[in-house]
Amino acid sequence: HADVEPRVTLRVARRRCEMGRFVKFIFRYFNSTDNDLNYWGLDYPPLTAYHSLICAYVAKIINPEWVELHKSRGYESPAHKLFMRATVLVADLLIYMPAVVLYCFYLTDESSKKKVSTLFCFLLYPGLILIDYGHFQYNAVSLGFALWAILALGLGWDAFGSVAFCLALNYKQMELYHALPFFCYLLGKCVKLGLMGRGLLLLVRIASTVLVTFALCWLPFLSDPSHASQVVRRIFPVARGLFEDKVANTWCSLNILIKIRSILSTESQIYLSLASTLLAALPSSIRLLTKPTFWQFKLALANSSLAFFLFSYQVHEKSVLLAALPVCLLLNDLPLVAIWFLQASTFSMLPLFLKDGLLAPYVVTSVGFLLFSIYLLSALEHCSEEELRLGAYHKLLFFLPRLDLACVIRWKFYFSIAAMAGLSIASVALVPPPHLPDLFPVLVSTTAFLHFLGTFVYFNIVQFSEPPSRKSQKKIN
Amino acid sequence: MDGWMIRLTFKSSYVTVMAAQSGWWFPAAAAGVSLLKCLLISAYHSTDFEVHRNWLAVTHSLPVSRWYYENTSEWTLDYPPLFAWFEFGLSHVAQHFDRNMLLVENLNYVSPSTVLFQRLSVIFTDVLFILAVRECCRCVQEQKGSRDVLNRPSFVLAVLLLWNFGLLIVDHIHFQYNGFLFGFLLLSVAKHLQSEHLQGALLFSILLNLKHIYLYVAPAYGVYLLRSYCFTQDNKDGSVRWMSFSPLRLLALSGIVTSISALSFGPFIAMGQLPQVLSRLFPFKRGLCHAYWAPNFWALYNVLDKILTVLGEAPLQCLM
Repeated sequence: HADVEPRVTLRVARRRCEMGRFVKFIFRYFNSTDNDLNYWGLDYPPLTAYHSLICAYVAKIINPEWVELHKSRGYESPAHKLFMRATVLVADLLIYMPAVVLYCFYLTDESSKKKVSTLFCFLLYPGLILIDYGHFQYNAVSLGFALWAILALGLGWDAFGSVAFCLALNYKQMELYHALPFFCYLLGKCVKLGLMGRGLLLLVRIASTVLVTFALCWLPFLSDPSHASQVVRRIFPVARGLFEDKVANTWCSLNILIKIRSILSTESQIYLSLASTLLAALPSSIRLLTKPTFWQFKLALANSSLAFFLFSYQVHEKSVLLAALPVCLLLNDLPLVAIWFLQASTFSMLPLFLKDGLLAPYVVTSVGFLLFSIYLLSALEHCSEEELRLGAYHKLLFFLPRLDLACVIRWKFYFSIAAMAGLSIASVALVPPPHLPDLFPVLVSTTAFLHFLGTFVYFNIVQFSEPPSRKSQKKIN
Repeated sequence: MDGWMIRLTFKSSYVTVMAAQSGWWFPAAAAGVSLLKCLLISAYHSTDFEVHRNWLAVTHSLPVSRWYYENTSEWTLDYPPLFAWFEFGLSHVAQHFDRNMLLVENLNYVSPSTVLFQRLSVIFTDVLFILAVRECCRCVQEQKGSRDVLNRPSFVLAVLLLWNFGLLIVDHIHFQYNGFLFGFLLLSVAKHLQSEHLQGALLFSILLNLKHIYLYVAPAYGVYLLRSYCFTQDNKDGSVRWMSFSPLRLLALSGIVTSISALSFGPFIAMGQLPQVLSRLFPFKRGLCHAYWAPNFWALYNVLDKILTVLGEAPLQCLM
C-alpha cells in the first residue's frame, strides 16, 4: 500500500533524525569536548535517547543510510518503515506485555479463566495500540516501566519498584503524573513502619536507590551543569501556553465559555493550573498517605493522573494514556466503569486518529474492545450498587429521591456509547459549517471531558468510601 | 504486517477460546475473525483485485452478449455465467461507492472507495461461509460427558474453518471470493449429512456454475449420489443391492443439474456463444503450468524437463 500518512511520515522522520543526530552526538561527546546540544531536538529525558541509540546501532547494521545525520531527513522506504514499526513491537514485547501478564496473574485473585480474560482486555485497550503502532510512539516502554514499578510495590519489593519508576520517569517526563501516588504510598508505608525504626531504614534505602538511578541515567550530562539545565529546559517547555489544539481537559473546555488565554497572562496561567492541579490531586494523595494499601494506591494513581490531565499545563491528548493505565488495573474490580473510561479515552483521541488516517483501526479496535470486554468481564451483570461502590452517592445526593443507581448507570453507559458512536460517525460523514470549522473536535473533546470529570469524581468517592469485605481486597500490603 | 495487526490476531484468537465457556463461542469466533478481516482492508492486494474490478465493469457496462467476448483488459471473464451474474448484482451496489470503477477503460483503477467496496463485498459474502460452518457444526456428533467447550469437536471444527489462515490470506489479502464459494460447498456437504440429498445436489450444481474448479470434487459427488441416493437399499453386509436402483431419483438429480446449468448457460447457448464461453472457461492455450507452479506432478515434470535441457546443451557447449 502506497498511502503515506503525513503525520506518520513526520513522526517517523523525526524519530529517525533524532536517532541519527543522537548517534553523532554521543560519538562526538565521547570523542571530543565540543558538544552542541542545540541540534539535539529531543524533548524527552535521557533514557529515550539511549533507547534511540540502541535502535540506531541496529539500524546501522542493517542499512547505514538510515541514520546519516542530515541526508536521511525525509528518507522513507518500506524496509525502514518496517524496521521502525518493529522496534515498537520489540519494546512492547520486552517491557510492557510481561508486566501486564505478571500483574494479571499475581495481583488479581480470581479464577484463572477470569485472569486470562482480564489480561486480554488489558492488552486489547485500543488507545495504546493505536497511538504506539498507528501514530508511532514508544509509550509502551514508559508505561511498561511504570507497570513494573506498580507490580513490584504490590509484591512488596519497594526498592525494585522505585528503580523501575525512576526508569519510567527518565524515559518520559509525563510519568510525573504518577509520581505523587508513588511518593505518598512509599512515604506512608515508611511512616506506618515507624519513622524511628524500620520505616527510616526503608526511607533511606528508597531514597538512595532513586538518587543512584537518576545519577546513572544522567551520567553523560552531569559533567557540565549547563548541559543538564539545557536538557531540563527542553523537557519542560513552559513557554508554550495553557493548552494547544483541542484536548479534553478543563482549560480547553472552559475556553469555550471564557477565553482564558486572553484574560490571564502566561504567568498567572501557570499559577492557576499549578494550584488547581495540586488542589485536585492532593485529597487522594493524602488519603493514600494515611492508608497505604494497594487498593488505595491503584485508585490514587487513577485520581492523580486524571487530576493532572484535567488541570495541568500544556496537556496533550495522548497524556490520557497515563490515566488509562491505572484504570486498566481496575478492570477486574470495577469492570463497567473501567471499560467505559477506557472507551471514552480512546474516543477523546479521535481527531488525532482521523488526522493520521486511522479511522478503520479505531472502529475495529473499539468495537472489538467493547464487545469482548463487556462479554468476558460480565460488566453489565456486575453493576449492582454494592459492586460499584455507589453507596456514597446515596449519601451525597440525599436531597434527590432514592433511585436504582445500578439501572441509572447502565442506561447512562448505553447512552454515552451511543453518543460517542454518533459523534464518531458525524466527525467522518458530516462537514462542519464554515463559521465553526472546529465543531467536531470541540464536541469530541467536550464530551470526553465530561466523561473524564465524572470518572474523576467517581474514583475519588470510591477512594474515600470504606472498602466492603470483598474477596478481591488485596492480601498484599 | 503491522505490529497492531499481529497483536490483535493473537488477542482475538485467544478471546475466542475464552468465550468458549458459555455457548456464545460461535458468534464470538465469527465476530473476532470478521473484525480481523476489517483490519486487512488496506493491506496489499494482488492483480486479482483488478480482475474482479474489471468483471464488475464488464457485467455492468456491457450487454450480456458481450460478456464473454470483451477483452479490453487482459483479465477476461473466465468463470461460469452464474458468477458473472453475481458480479452483475455486486456492480449495482458498487455504483453507490464509486461509479468510475464500473468503466471498462479504467484499467487498474484503485480509488479508496473501490478498495473499500471490494473488501467489504468479500467480508459480507463470507457470511454465507459462516452460516455454512454453523450448519456443519450442527452435524458433528457430540461426545457425551465432555463439558469443556474447548474439547468439543464442533468447537475445533468451527475454529479450524472460520480462522483458516490460508483462506484469510487468499481472500482478504490477495483478494478472491473463495469464502463465499466454500460456503456453498460446506452447505451442500451439511445437507448431505442431514440426508437432504436433493438440496445438497442443488447447492453443488449452483457451485459448479459459480466456479468450475469444483469439478475437481464432482466425480466424488457423482459417485456418492449415485451410490447413496439412487440405490435405495443395501444388502445386510453393506454392499449395494443392484435391484434397488430408482430411476425416479436419478431423474430428479439430473433434472436439478440440467435446470441449473440451463439457467446458467441457457442465454449463451441461445446466442450461439457456447464454444466461446467454453474456450474462456477451459483455456488450454495457457499451458500446463501457471506462472506460479502448483506443487503438483507437472511441476516435477517441468523440473525434469529443465534438467534434461541443461544436460542436453552441455555437450554442445563443450564442442564450441
